[in-house]
Amino acid sequence: MIVQGLAFYMFAAILVASAVMVISARNPVHSVLFLILSFFNAAGLFILIGAEFVAMILVIVYVGAVAVLFLFVVMMLDIDFRALRSGLLRYLPIGGTVGLILLVELAVVLGAWAVAPEATTGVAAPLPPPEITNTRAIGQLIYTQYVYLFQASGLILFIAMIGAIVLTLREREGVRRQNITRQVSRRREEVVAVRKVPTRGGV
Amino acid sequence: MAQVPNLIPALPEIFLAVAAMALLMLGVFRGDGSTRLVSWLSVAALVVAGGLVLAVGGPREVTLSGLFVMDRFGVFMKLLVLLGSALTLILSMTYVEREQMSRVEYPVLIVLSTTGMLMMVSANDLISLYVGLETQSLAAYVIAAFRRDSARSSEAGLKYFVLGALSSGMLLYGSSLVYGFAGSTGFDRLAAVLAAGSVSTGLLVGLVFVAAGVAFKLSAVPFHMWTPDVYEGSPTSVTAFFAVAPKVAAVALFVRLLIEPFGSLVEQWRQIVWFMSVGSMLLGSFAAIGQSNIKRLMAYSSIGHVGYALVGLAAGSELGVRGVMFYLAIYIFMNIGAFAVILCMRQNGRAVEGIQDLSGLSKSHPMLALAMAIFMFSMAGIPPNAGFFAKLFVFQAAIEAQLYVLAVIGVLSSVVGAYYYLRIVKVMYFDDAVEPLDRAIPAESRVLVAATALFTLLFFFVPAPLLEGAANAASSLFAG
Repeated sequence: MIVQGLAFYMFAAILVASAVMVISARNPVHSVLFLILSFFNAAGLFILIGAEFVAMILVIVYVGAVAVLFLFVVMMLDIDFRALRSGLLRYLPIGGTVGLILLVELAVVLGAWAVAPEATTGVAAPLPPPEITNTRAIGQLIYTQYVYLFQASGLILFIAMIGAIVLTLREREGVRRQNITRQVSRRREEVVAVRKVPTRGGV
Repeated sequence: MAQVPNLIPALPEIFLAVAAMALLMLGVFRGDGSTRLVSWLSVAALVVAGGLVLAVGGPREVTLSGLFVMDRFGVFMKLLVLLGSALTLILSMTYVEREQMSRVEYPVLIVLSTTGMLMMVSANDLISLYVGLETQSLAAYVIAAFRRDSARSSEAGLKYFVLGALSSGMLLYGSSLVYGFAGSTGFDRLAAVLAAGSVSTGLLVGLVFVAAGVAFKLSAVPFHMWTPDVYEGSPTSVTAFFAVAPKVAAVALFVRLLIEPFGSLVEQWRQIVWFMSVGSMLLGSFAAIGQSNIKRLMAYSSIGHVGYALVGLAAGSELGVRGVMFYLAIYIFMNIGAFAVILCMRQNGRAVEGIQDLSGLSKSHPMLALAMAIFMFSMAGIPPNAGFFAKLFVFQAAIEAQLYVLAVIGVLSSVVGAYYYLRIVKVMYFDDAVEPLDRAIPAESRVLVAATALFTLLFFFVPAPLLEGAANAASSLFAG
């Protein structure tokens, strides 16, 4: 129990600290790197509560794809982040007020939270038996009961891929393309010519 | 071990999806020069899928863990969808070549979109409904923007995409409310829950949101705003496709959704459908009057036609659903014919789309003008054309359901609508041509125009097969 508690506080503390660094780091590349750190720590927190599937997804999708995409965007776009952040002190009072009002409203709403009686009459989803991990439980559902939706979602992604290519890929003139077959099948005789150059004669 | 689900009822969808991938491979390896080949193969795939629909259709069968249903209603609607897609694909072949947008992905995306429509027709669960809808729409967004060098086409695609995403959001929000208050997303279970107990307000709010989401796809008033812009901006062959197949699929989805799971709430949803129907009919007839672009006019016309089809749904009876299906079948033929004529409108090798460009058509192309006149008379609902019977049956259903106001508004708005349909006839026959249209008309268009015109004109001699098919299909929806 103590190890778990320690792990929780370690993950949580690093998570909060790196989240603060995300918005306060001067260099946007550092911000993205801190974002990746906070994703990893959030994944650690999910593992602590036994949701290893969500943890894996967080690492694979957010760290593997989204954060790298952010990194690309930050590096490729020439945005002056210092100029964006310059009005912080000027906007702090109004922003803080709005945030505070929102917080109070949320507290009021959540304080009076009650589940509608009709909602409880519905059927609750059955829980998988405890010896089955939740990754396995999800897999068993997706590949059996929901296989149709799983495949159809794949079809949607396929269409999205075709669409992206159709709408953006352009054949440009004068672009050199790599042709590996040609590169590999090049022979010495085709590209190297040995010339005898007489001394002091020039070419 | 879990058992492999019975895949036979879903065979048409599986076949189409696999065919689309195979055709894409073929097209990618053969290059854009093979577009015509891929298009004809796509048409063949759609025809084979139609054969499969007929082969696997029959009594109601639920499969894939209750997510997918195949019944006689599905057979009828799927055949209509496949017919609409195949015919528009045939029509568009020459057009895409002339407009320099002949790329292999065009027919493939149409096949994929059609797959999504078949999934919509067969949806038996809110999730499979959404997935089918999204498959259909995503491919449609892309082909709307297919001519990517044209600002109008890109605008149409973007507009369609943004508003479509908004409507999907509404649909999902509504579905989540329905799930929360009824405890299930399956249509069978929803029907059982709703028939058994009292209905909560939350569920009704969910129903309203779901209906709004579907109404976007139907382009029914008040969710029609995107239609004229998208229809005008898209390439004309794509407009022809949009006006036919997705409409049929969306109406089929809407009918199944309202009759099967929400059938016991007919008193509640009838008000929504009533309002959408009246709004669409009125807007479709009044807003079209001032149009000078024929594609915009057809957009308003299609809004109006959706309104008439919804009259039958508002009745909520077996007779009404039969009317809706019958209306859609006739609508497909009229629209394909009219768009075949519009796709032939070219001056000096350039596509034109003004109504005035049709002037003098009776002199330069007498047969084309005659066919267009038949379609316009039929859309206006003038007997003995097929369009008259289509309207007759939906209004009859409305009268039997004692929706007298709805029927009267429908008849009045079809009188107003007759004005702009007949104006096209007047332009073709009595206005002098400024510049005649080109004479070169592709053979496919000739055949299709002749076939659809003959169907529209001579339908009343042999109405029985279509009527019986619709009646048979409608009864399957009410049987269980």
